[in-house]
Amino acid sequence: MSNSEWERDSLYPDGAPGEETFLGQDDAEAVGSYFIGLGLATLLTIVSFFIAISGTALVWGPSIPVALIVLAVAQMGVHLVFFLNITTGPDNVNNVMALAFGVLIVLLLLAGSLWIMANMNHMMPMDQIMQMQR
Amino acid sequence: MSAFEAAAGYDRQSWDRRPAAAHAGGGLLSKRIVVGYGFWIFLLSDIIMFSAFFATYAVLVGATAGGPSGRELFNLNNVAIETACLLLSSFTCGIASIGARMQRGTWFYGAMSATGILGAAFLFIEVHEFAGMVARGAGPTRSAFLSAFFTLVGCHGLHVTAGLLWLLTMMAQVFAKGYRADILRRVLCFGLFWHTLDIIWVAIFTVIYLMGVWQ
Repeated sequence: MSNSEWERDSLYPDGAPGEETFLGQDDAEAVGSYFIGLGLATLLTIVSFFIAISGTALVWGPSIPVALIVLAVAQMGVHLVFFLNITTGPDNVNNVMALAFGVLIVLLLLAGSLWIMANMNHMMPMDQIMQMQR
Repeated sequence: MSAFEAAAGYDRQSWDRRPAAAHAGGGLLSKRIVVGYGFWIFLLSDIIMFSAFFATYAVLVGATAGGPSGRELFNLNNVAIETACLLLSSFTCGIASIGARMQRGTWFYGAMSATGILGAAFLFIEVHEFAGMVARGAGPTRSAFLSAFFTLVGCHGLHVTAGLLWLLTMMAQVFAKGYRADILRRVLCFGLFWHTLDIIWVAIFTVIYLMGVWQ
């Protein structure tokens, strides 16, 4: 029946993203993977909120934005591995390559925008821009 | 064997001896893998769209035009509840996908209902927050900062709304048509979509709310 697709996939080394049972993982292990993901994500979220709220009382001030970003990236990794099942396994090469390309574009977009706009604000003060628009 | 098949290392005779070849439909990979991969590409392009909104927000975060900044507007208690709702719903969505694979109605319908209720709770809090901001004169037209904020967070909210409609559709389709292979592929895509919304929310609560309140 409909399970035939899963049986056939186990013959060939390629996994769909979000597929839990690929490498012989059974249902109990798949549930366990979601529990691990939930636990890790909860932990990282609580640490993030704690650092942001307690602020400089706990952590050196300038390190807070960096810490928040590192925690967020770690949590995204947890989501990708335990919820979306994007892993470094041999069945997952295509998914990881697509992800790597996506991350490259995202980084170019963010870094490029921030860099250019910071330069523009630095070279040309806002009142001058306003005058040009008149 | 055609030249193309030979070049691709595709040997029809040995292929046909494989027990599951009747389901192959001529391709090397099952439709489930191809559909999952294609939807993964779509989700990555959706993430790139969100990154453009994030870049806009990061550039305009200081452009408050004399209006309120994030520090004065954001309530972290609400954000914590929203985060908990979305994280738990991502977990129950994973349980639902296992229930669909095992073809167990109690698991599938129970976990899908939990996912839907948590997603609706998230949306309710978000709409409440937006309405409160508009009511105190901090709507999207107040400043460039608020335009960027409402665009980014609102776009995520619209995705959650679409996800809720999709969730109800999937429950209805499984109910009406059973655990057919094509329906299960749609359930797989729905799960990927819902998990991705949670990943985007991680970026939103970190960059907008936590860093906004801290600054």
